[in-house]
Amino acid sequence: MKRDRSKLVLGAVAYDAKVVTIWDGFLRWFEERSLPFDYVLYTNYERQVEGLFLGEHHVSWNSPLAWLQAERLAASERRVARAIAMRDTDQDLRSAILVRKDSAVNTIADLRDKRIGVGAWDSPQATILPMLHLAENGLDPERDAKIVHHDVLVGKHGDHIGGERDAVKALLAGTIDAACVLDANVLGFTRDGTVASGALRTLAVTEPFDHCNFTIVDGDDAPAGSIAKFTELLFSQDYSDPAVRPLMDLEGLKAWKPGRVERYAPLARAIDRFRTIEPWLKARTETTA
Amino acid sequence: MVELGALGLEQGGHILLLRALREAGEGGRVCVSGTHPDLPLQLSVFAREGAHQIESPAPDERKEGAVCALVAGSSLNARQRGAVRAGSARADHRTLHSYADARWGLAARGALVEAGAPSWDFSLNDRDLVWADEAKKLYAQALASQWDPEEAIPWNAPIDHPPFVEDAIVQVMTYLVENENAALLVPARFLGRIHPHFREVVQLLAIQIADEARHVEVFTRRALLRRDALGLSTVGGQRSLQTLFEESDFVLSTLLLSVLGEGSFVDLLWFLHEHAPDPVTGAIAQLTARDESRHVAAGMAHVHAALEARPEDRSRAQRAIEQRHLALQHTSGLNAEVFDALVLLAAGGLSPAAIARGFDAVQRLQSRMREGRQRRLERLGFTADDASILAGLHTRNFM
Ligand SMILES: [Fe+2]
Ligand SMILES: [Fe+2]
Repeated sequence: MKRDRSKLVLGAVAYDAKVVTIWDGFLRWFEERSLPFDYVLYTNYERQVEGLFLGEHHVSWNSPLAWLQAERLAASERRVARAIAMRDTDQDLRSAILVRKDSAVNTIADLRDKRIGVGAWDSPQATILPMLHLAENGLDPERDAKIVHHDVLVGKHGDHIGGERDAVKALLAGTIDAACVLDANVLGFTRDGTVASGALRTLAVTEPFDHCNFTIVDGDDAPAGSIAKFTELLFSQDYSDPAVRPLMDLEGLKAWKPGRVERYAPLARAIDRFRTIEPWLKARTETTA
Repeated sequence: MVELGALGLEQGGHILLLRALREAGEGGRVCVSGTHPDLPLQLSVFAREGAHQIESPAPDERKEGAVCALVAGSSLNARQRGAVRAGSARADHRTLHSYADARWGLAARGALVEAGAPSWDFSLNDRDLVWADEAKKLYAQALASQWDPEEAIPWNAPIDHPPFVEDAIVQVMTYLVENENAALLVPARFLGRIHPHFREVVQLLAIQIADEARHVEVFTRRALLRRDALGLSTVGGQRSLQTLFEESDFVLSTLLLSVLGEGSFVDLLWFLHEHAPDPVTGAIAQLTARDESRHVAAGMAHVHAALEARPEDRSRAQRAIEQRHLALQHTSGLNAEVFDALVLLAAGGLSPAAIARGFDAVQRLQSRMREGRQRRLERLGFTADDASILAGLHTRNFM
């Protein structure tokens, strides 16, 4: 069999049914602008990272953790992964550690021996980064506290906010003493009625970090010029253009930005500290060696 | 400076920020002060999601209490850019657009519709085929004339006529329900095709359909007042109604249903009122006749406006009446049981003299109906000769 190499192929994780709507919309939009385009969906980011390296697709729409997985897998193969674009809303996120308004917990040290609710174990924003924040501020979360996971859709790297919502509900119900959520959800859970206004208090906030990016790896076999065309078209998307605004609303951005990788530093520190991806990386490098 | 005090963005503070940013315009700078403990975190989320820049306040701004400064991003009014007005809110035939745009969709007439809105397939989007200035007034009248069957009809009034009269009533009610079903469903099928831009027309049809629903109810209830079973529904009657159903042109359908059919029904219902053997039947006939008069007025207004706008459609109207006549000429027309029941009701007794009186009354009813159809067709601009011929071609089923 000869592979069809006429199109730029994107990989995305199907964390929600709307992912199909989004990428079908982008497909049409790219094709109308003379970029032959297709996409493949994965059920989890690990499979997607593997797919990128196996040449199943050319550009991955990666979570921050998947980005680091790709970056390190590339390094092990003497290849280079690059982040080529991201949403404006992927930049400078923070996570908050919430407690109940009347809680006796006023400092991170007060969380000693307490139950700390986090999201899915592979969620950067709801689990890994808040745990790093605790660890770097004197509380080893695994040793000094009880971590309660709310594992919704593992493999999706926390893209689905169900885990965070469950953690907040558990906090309100009193079955845990603190909950870790993304800054936007601190607001969102109040607006959608999950949390009564003023019922929770922000105990701590992580340093800023970046979220998803489009990742490529050198040595791909994307059609010549197609990746440059892909980013050029993305950067041309204008939120005031009604033809593309619905897609941008679905994908949750107002403008695309060039990729940057400095703000993945906290997550890189965290996965070194917690050895989050070590078994996965080891298994991949053994099989590819 | 937007002073939020203790108000957080999760409690609606964003409304004040957006007002200030809109006022400042793209690139405009807005300082924010407030004491909510999460305010800095909330502001960074707000800025990120709205694509506004967030900056540290200058020293003098800080002195005035600013927590941060926001610089309005370009997406602030993106939804208004390129948006179009869905016509003007207050409209009559002169000022309405001749076509309602598919992209106005369900938007209120006169609303600002974001560009890129989905296209809606309302096939009745042509003002000339849909609109009548009278719709607004007729809708208001219909609303003011609604009645509650429970209150308006003396359901417990005595019924002491002989069984043959009650049998006649049940047969007539059976026939009426069948025809009311058509009067309900025919406009209902058009209602879903009319562009909601023509709001008053949609409202008028909606209330008319509600009237018909009530008619179905009261006729059914009267039929079952003393009996457990209804009368006969005939092939001829249903064939006639089916030709009404099959008319897919809104204007022609209104002509056949309202101008000719409901017009004849008004006469029929007043006839029933006059010869009602009991107060229940009398009240029902009177109340439904009044409703039907409004339906006829609405139909007249609709067809009149449509023929004014397109005089060439007059010949299509003529053809539609003729074709329906041809389609029905080999059917029996009016249910014979209904005809006889009407005679018996007008007779009030079984003596030959009474029957002769009743028969005469029904014949007079039929010529009244025909004259009424001719009068209405003339008012719609048909010549007296044409109107006379067309009035005679109307279905023998009355509706
Ligand atoms: Fe009716
Ligand atoms: Fe009617």
